[in-house]
Amino acid sequence: MNDMTPDREERSANLKGMGCSRKRVEDSRFTQGKGNYVDDIKLPGMLHGDFVRSPYAHARVVSINKEAALALPGVVAVLTADDLRPLNLHWMPTLAGDKQMVLADGKVLFQGQEVAFVVASDRYVAADAVELVEVEYEELPVITDPFESLKSDVVLREDLEGQTEGAHGPRKHHNHIFTWEQGDESGTNQVLDNADVVATESMYYHRTHPCPLETCGSVASMDKVNGKLTLWGTFQAPHVVRTVASLLSGIEEHNIRVVSPDIGGGFGNKVGVYPGYVCSIVASIVTGVPVKWVEDRMENLMSTAFARDYHMTGKISATKEGKITGLHCHVTADHGGFDACADPTKFPAGFMNICTGSYDIPVAYLAVDGVYTNKAPGGVSYRCSFRVTEAVYFIERMIEVLAIELGMDSAELRRINFIKKEQFPYTAALGWEYDSGDYHTAWDKALKAVDYDGLRKEQAERVEAFKRGETRTLMGIGLTFFTEIVGAGPVKNCDILGMGMFDSCEIRIHPTGSAIARLGTISQGQGHATTFAQILASEIGISADSITIEEGDTDTAPYGLGTYGSRSTPVAGAATAMAGRKIRAKAQMIAAYLLEVHDDDVEFDIDRFVVKGAPEKFKTMKEIAYAAYNQAIPGLEPGLEAVSYYDPPNMTYPFGAYVCVMDIDVDTGVPEIRRFYALDDCGTRINPMIIEGQIHGGLTEALAVALGQEIAYDDIGNVKTGTLMDFFLPTAWEVPNYETDFTVTPSPHHPIGAKGVGESPHVGGVPCFSNAVQDAFRPFGNRHTNMPHDHWRIWQTANRLGLHD
Amino acid sequence: MSDKMHIKLTVNGEDKEFLAEPRDLLIYALREKLNITGPHVGCDTSHCGACTVTLNGKSVKSCTMFVAQANGAEITTIEGIGSPDALHVLQESFKEHHGLQCGFCTPGMITRATKLLEENPTPTEEEVRFGMAGNICRCTGYQNIVKSILAAASEINSAKEAAE
Ligand code: FES
Ligand code: FES
Repeated sequence: MNDMTPDREERSANLKGMGCSRKRVEDSRFTQGKGNYVDDIKLPGMLHGDFVRSPYAHARVVSINKEAALALPGVVAVLTADDLRPLNLHWMPTLAGDKQMVLADGKVLFQGQEVAFVVASDRYVAADAVELVEVEYEELPVITDPFESLKSDVVLREDLEGQTEGAHGPRKHHNHIFTWEQGDESGTNQVLDNADVVATESMYYHRTHPCPLETCGSVASMDKVNGKLTLWGTFQAPHVVRTVASLLSGIEEHNIRVVSPDIGGGFGNKVGVYPGYVCSIVASIVTGVPVKWVEDRMENLMSTAFARDYHMTGKISATKEGKITGLHCHVTADHGGFDACADPTKFPAGFMNICTGSYDIPVAYLAVDGVYTNKAPGGVSYRCSFRVTEAVYFIERMIEVLAIELGMDSAELRRINFIKKEQFPYTAALGWEYDSGDYHTAWDKALKAVDYDGLRKEQAERVEAFKRGETRTLMGIGLTFFTEIVGAGPVKNCDILGMGMFDSCEIRIHPTGSAIARLGTISQGQGHATTFAQILASEIGISADSITIEEGDTDTAPYGLGTYGSRSTPVAGAATAMAGRKIRAKAQMIAAYLLEVHDDDVEFDIDRFVVKGAPEKFKTMKEIAYAAYNQAIPGLEPGLEAVSYYDPPNMTYPFGAYVCVMDIDVDTGVPEIRRFYALDDCGTRINPMIIEGQIHGGLTEALAVALGQEIAYDDIGNVKTGTLMDFFLPTAWEVPNYETDFTVTPSPHHPIGAKGVGESPHVGGVPCFSNAVQDAFRPFGNRHTNMPHDHWRIWQTANRLGLHD
Repeated sequence: MSDKMHIKLTVNGEDKEFLAEPRDLLIYALREKLNITGPHVGCDTSHCGACTVTLNGKSVKSCTMFVAQANGAEITTIEGIGSPDALHVLQESFKEHHGLQCGFCTPGMITRATKLLEENPTPTEEEVRFGMAGNICRCTGYQNIVKSILAAASEINSAKEAAE
């Protein structure tokens, strides 16, 4: 049945299944301004909440006087920690096994911390009332540096004083959170001690922020008559929010409905549970009417979800020929005032232990120390699987530094150390089992596509011309080869607050042959409504145009762990295929009955079951669907529905090869991206148009992080980057056109071989942009400079290297 | 608070009259008083362009203007550009070329793009990038937005030529 006759070709095209660039079904409403985001929700009698936030990074809260605020017409309530205490909601558990103040309980630990929640008739009145709440503070010494924090007598978390054991083992100091060790320390040290060549480097992956265009918010509505709480919000994991809300509030889970409406980008920002969500719920319970809370941009940048902030020190050893023999990595991780990092429970530093990258490294050791400082909590995975951006940046910089140490070309150094195709499945020194890969093919394709040798020649000529004074621009060639680790579960390793990281899909086929499928994930722009229908179309033979995909309403969707860490396609995508296969199995029995043959005598063909060897005898899926509802078929229940909860056997490991060519003006520090080539291997490709869009977007967020975006603090803990004036988001003017390319190495354990792609370009993009900047200065003695490479810092590098003399 | 003002606006061809405080921002009046929720708030500081509307023929960031300043003005928001049965060329083009992902920037983008193509009906790619630099998108990396706008421009122009 595999010959593509014109008839079969047409039927297959009509399905709009996997592999086609189906246009997005979401776009009609968005292009007409008819999206429904949380701030668009309006309910009768709804009140608005707003926070009084701390201007200090570390202070004791001596007193809070609400009187003047409460006297303002329109103000309904002012909540403080004292009001939440009787409900035991003044603190809440974090995803990382720590706890966090919902409202300041005696002290504040970072600038912008939530101190009181004002509830008023409208936004403006709430903002007025915020100004009228009088808070008396007593300033305390501020620590914004994690190294200093570990030496300081100042106790940041007085609530933990005397606790020598934390959620992840012993605490070495009152400002220390955990030490997480992976790999073989003594074995690694032994190799490093006896190596031909050892390269050592310290690097700081600065603090930044996912900054989706829509900020975080929620609308809580407590219906006291029926005892039901409905919560709409910017949640990347609505079911987890429901469970947490139930545990915190004591409201039984069946009485809570959580809805994620349209979400204006997430990038990790909307994984965490924030005080605003909790306060909107409490305020609705207290006032008996719906309460909306939507943060503004400054609040977003100051208080919800930073990313990165890793101080990393590496040692990498190799033979004289460049074969890597060992890797040592230590991280001092700045977690801010509370450890609210969004990682699976057993992974306090996420998947940082993927830091051996794409290379066959026999022995490695990683230790991460988490530290409290007077900065905002968060630690989310900004467009990456848990801490994979940090890991890939680390190894890709170490490779460059090692290449300098060896006097070798770094493309060649990568090539001789790649894990070979025949080594997969490959168990890395730090424990992960890479499912599949073909790195050499991808690398060769990439280098050929950009004419790598030609570029190096051009670069050398440019350096000579620069030395002769004929030009003031240098050329940088940034290389990166990355391996991602995405799609958490499996349940045995990965959970969030005890909930195993499976995902789910439930399908109902309607009598007329169309369908609805509901999933445990939630799109924030990835186009799930389009792509999951494509997976299903291919699996069950019903056109994607006749399949509705629904997500985000916990009353209707099956339980799932949500969308982040590129897990939707690897986990929920697999659940979709598996549920589809259950439908198909039943459809096969129905078809056989209708065709009066044995089950084994029919086979699936695109959109129908045909009698083997007699293709003119068939039943289409439409006919089968109808029969499922109107025929009494012996031994079969009526109806055509299926559900699958999928626990993946392993993660998936997408990879890619990126090359960036940059011209840098040494006198202004302005980099100009001349070319960016991105080859991605995300396994089976479901919708090439959407994949490319994800790559463009991820690369642009990578450009931002590498070239200027940061959350910076001054010495007394003031956030210096609280608006889009100071926090760099590139515009169309700063962003180049990207060239995309691909290879296809399907995941062997995934039902359709897909691996996930949304985050790869960010993971691979950051080191690639950074390597391009660093490479431009390599001929003049540059070894490593920290990101972000904004114009001023690039200028400083040029200056430090004497290029302005 | 302070005394309310009597405001008259024409929004998407409809006359609107309502009371507003002098400090009410235009975006606030549109979204909260008139229930026009197409324009969004992304930054409050006139950087992101999610709140872009057309006011008396000019692209305006409605988060940075008081509704009082707009009194008497004619305003077009995304809701006034095309209809479900007859989408604007730009709306079609954004769909066709995958010019949006989460959709949060899209109303502002398309609203701005309609003006851009009026200001310059035959823009180069560079002119599109410059002309759209007041609108931030976090999802798409702009490549497909630029493509959508250039494609819409040539479609509008060839339709014009055909009509002449
Ligand atoms: S909200 Fe108006 S420019 Fe951002
Ligand atoms: S599509 Fe999400 S911000 Fe532009």
